[in-house]
Amino acid sequence: MLRIGKLPIALFAGFIIIFPWVAGKVPAIGNYTDIMVFVGIYCLITIGLGLLMGYAGQISVGHAAFYGIGAYVSAILTTRYGLNPWFCMFIAVLVTGTIAFLVGAPSLKLKGHYLAMATLAFGIIVFIIFNEEIQWTGGPDGMADIPGLSIFGFELDSIEKYFYLVWGFVFVILIFTINVIQSDAGRALRAIHTSEAAANSMGVNVSKFKVLVFVYSAILASLAGSLYAHYLNFINPSTFDLFFSIKLLIMIALGGMYNIWGAIIGAGIITFLSYEWLHYFEEFEVIVYGAILLVVTIFLPNGLVGLPGMLKELFVRQKSNE
Amino acid sequence: METITLTGQIFQYLVTGITVGSVYAMVAVGFNIIYNVTEIINFAQGEFVMLGGLIMVFLHVAVGLPLILAFPATVALVTLVGVLLDRLAINPIRRPTVLSLIIATIAASILIKGTAMFIWGKDPFDLPAFSGRDPITVLGAVIQPQYFWVIGFLVLIVIVLTFFFERTIIGKAMSACADNPDAASLVGIDVKRMVLLSFALSAAIGAVAGITMTPIALMEYDRGAMLAIKGFGAAVLGGLGSFPGAVIGGLILGVIESLGAGLISSGYKDAFALIVLLFVLFFKPSGIFGNIEISKIKRF
Amino acid sequence: MTLRKIAVLSTICLFAVGLLAGPALAFKGAYKVGAVFSVTGRTSFLGDPEKKTAEMLAEKINNAGGINGKKLELIIYDSEGDATKANLAVRKLITQDKVCAVIGPSLSGTSLAVVPLAAKYETPLVSCAASYKIVWDDKESKVRKWVFKTPQTDTMAVQAIYAYLNKKGVNKIAVLSVTSGFGASGRGELLRLAPGYGMKIVADEKYGPKDTDMTAQLTKIKGKAPQVIVNWSVGPTQVVVLRNWKDLGMTSIPFYQSHGFGSRKNIKLAAGAAEGVYCPLGAVNVAELLPDDHPQKAVTMQYMKDYTAKYNEPLSSFGGHAWDALELVADALKAVGCDKAKIRDYLENTQGFVGQHGVFNFSPDDHIGLDKNAFQMVVVKDGDWTLAE
Repeated sequence: MLRIGKLPIALFAGFIIIFPWVAGKVPAIGNYTDIMVFVGIYCLITIGLGLLMGYAGQISVGHAAFYGIGAYVSAILTTRYGLNPWFCMFIAVLVTGTIAFLVGAPSLKLKGHYLAMATLAFGIIVFIIFNEEIQWTGGPDGMADIPGLSIFGFELDSIEKYFYLVWGFVFVILIFTINVIQSDAGRALRAIHTSEAAANSMGVNVSKFKVLVFVYSAILASLAGSLYAHYLNFINPSTFDLFFSIKLLIMIALGGMYNIWGAIIGAGIITFLSYEWLHYFEEFEVIVYGAILLVVTIFLPNGLVGLPGMLKELFVRQKSNE
Repeated sequence: METITLTGQIFQYLVTGITVGSVYAMVAVGFNIIYNVTEIINFAQGEFVMLGGLIMVFLHVAVGLPLILAFPATVALVTLVGVLLDRLAINPIRRPTVLSLIIATIAASILIKGTAMFIWGKDPFDLPAFSGRDPITVLGAVIQPQYFWVIGFLVLIVIVLTFFFERTIIGKAMSACADNPDAASLVGIDVKRMVLLSFALSAAIGAVAGITMTPIALMEYDRGAMLAIKGFGAAVLGGLGSFPGAVIGGLILGVIESLGAGLISSGYKDAFALIVLLFVLFFKPSGIFGNIEISKIKRF
Repeated sequence: MTLRKIAVLSTICLFAVGLLAGPALAFKGAYKVGAVFSVTGRTSFLGDPEKKTAEMLAEKINNAGGINGKKLELIIYDSEGDATKANLAVRKLITQDKVCAVIGPSLSGTSLAVVPLAAKYETPLVSCAASYKIVWDDKESKVRKWVFKTPQTDTMAVQAIYAYLNKKGVNKIAVLSVTSGFGASGRGELLRLAPGYGMKIVADEKYGPKDTDMTAQLTKIKGKAPQVIVNWSVGPTQVVVLRNWKDLGMTSIPFYQSHGFGSRKNIKLAAGAAEGVYCPLGAVNVAELLPDDHPQKAVTMQYMKDYTAKYNEPLSSFGGHAWDALELVADALKAVGCDKAKIRDYLENTQGFVGQHGVFNFSPDDHIGLDKNAFQMVVVKDGDWTLAE
């Protein structure tokens, strides 16, 4: 879907704006605003990762690493050097982007399975570093007393305030990314996904684009990480493990990787499953995720966003068989 | 109190390195079999090892079957899981793309892991060593008899597989599929059956690895992922698709890991194998025995 | 005749209704206490006994009439060992379930993730985790006003071990630790307190929480010829390392575990490799071995009887932390009711509280309440604990 209308965005914005007010009035879902903060943070990552997987056709099984690098750089600079959190967030973006470039450039020359394994290995190595470099990261104990965020003295110290901050970020990134998809760059990406050889012969600098999208997705993950760190005021390495990287894949596969709304829907459903709805099935949580991923891969390759299209196709085929 | 010299230490690291390397080699061989026939990398390879260990614990320790019976029974059951993996996760995908196949095997691996956690819980389990725990001391290094079982089974598997792929009709048919599936089906080879067989064989080998290593290192439900990644590292190091490569790659990787942990930093032990993997992927993806021309022809 | 029948029938009905409504009517309201434990996940061996203990204790209190006639309503959420989930759970308990206090979480990591919430929402939190940083703000160098914890710190465990080693004349040790929060914290204390007890650390090796083979690390340690090995880990690795120690033929070097070893299940899993291994344990683990005049004898014996009877499994050291936390909160509720600030003040001034893991003496400067005497040194003999001489 290359053409994304303004109406869905406006409707969604309306939904987000009134959400905390509604949740506040209904006791049964009172804590949903809190969960939605995390949905927003994860959306930042999935929008970028979805772009990488759906449009550029590359896979990363280690994106938790970039999420973690963003969080740790923000945490280290604010707690050990007392620098302004927004400035640190910017530095984190630079650091993560650079690392993504250094890792992405050689990795993206690899194909399919090799790329998956390379990103997987990278993700785990970063995780091990978080655990080992105690001097910098506090090791497995994590880093506590990370300051919160404030805008010109206005403290973002309530769930609602942070909710609007995070979703503000999401909308900015959403609109920016949609513009990218609909631009020439977006078409080049689509061409690369369909056939690298063809794209190359048309004069598209394939490697440059792949690395660019990879770095972009890493930067978004870094932003998400910084926001996470300043919300919880505490981080530790176990948040950024292999299983989180896989959870990101599940979000994108479930939502639909060929459509930017898929990233948001997938993040929403999996986050709510994870933090709220699966509370009574804790023992089954991993099985549920595996089953979701498998079923989606086999039966819903375009994700939930692709469901209406699939049903229409089925319906049309039924009619033509009569 | 007996102390140990540096040479003794290094020899000890070599011994444990070769033992754990044999496990990696077996996982790598499993990867290669499936890759050779289907060009798929099976992310769930490590889960076969885990299941081998845990099912053996169930049959031998809980149910009480003697080793002679429990061993083949476990291998058979894990082989069945491999078959199910192909039938339920790989085969049904209508339009297989690289992305969807990777995700399918990842999905299978977490499904298997989740089910194992559900059945066995999170505790590690133990198996009695096949021939006791009295260690043998050589050059200051202590060698557990179980180490020989692990290495021995690797050797056995290599011999059996070489014979299978070079001398038997089915084995040769499988190799044909690897080289050119279209041509293979033209001469009447049932490609889908060969794919199934490759998964079954890989699962069986993984099970053997799991059964033989559990008396040394215990086994728990989430061991699979790390084993898979390191096994893949071994396969790539040796050259993806090459059997001698898988064995040599596994042994080298195991030794590097053991020496690295012992001499450089024990905290980074897992990272050594991964760094080797990244190095190989970045600088010589065809590995030691691989051929860069052949790897370019492969679809994935 | 009919009138009498009606009278009898209605009396019976009223009686029946009274019986049915009885237990509910007996409570004049409820005190809500929230709990977050890592019931599932990698560290379920901590959270599961803690949940069971808390539920058992709440049931016992309610069967005895509740707290000042009110029912103790325990709301338990599973953190699964995840910092984010723990944070969400505590927020939910405070803002939605409106609890009077929170006990748990089970882990240092998850506890540190929720500590800011206690202060933000001014709700007392009694953690069941080990790290001193839970109650101590390192940056501001002061005690966290709203947070308490019941487990001993690793500082005390290390002090208990070092004091014992001094007694035995040992001064050359090797340190082995897992790269988890628990391991890193313990290792930090072992290194920090060593000079004070005249300990020379000749080896400092580490391994990962999922590692299955520590022979490389142990081999290196063997090369440095220590008098004693001190291992700091919790979970399956502390068993694997014992088996490696035995398999490498190193049993002539005495092995000391951390207090994380406190479960008979570990001895069993070690398959004989735990013989002769030392560790510091809270009194709750060795209730039967305590002398009759020990202040904790009665309380620990009772807990052991209740737990093993109800759940048909050996008690776990960690369940004791939950017992201490909930008892402390129940005690405070009895005295001051559901006033969060008053509960906090009451906890802070609690003295001489006899718990499962020690006798607690809190103060404005000390929200841990224990010292190294909360540990007994025990050694494994014939597959079970005995007090070490």
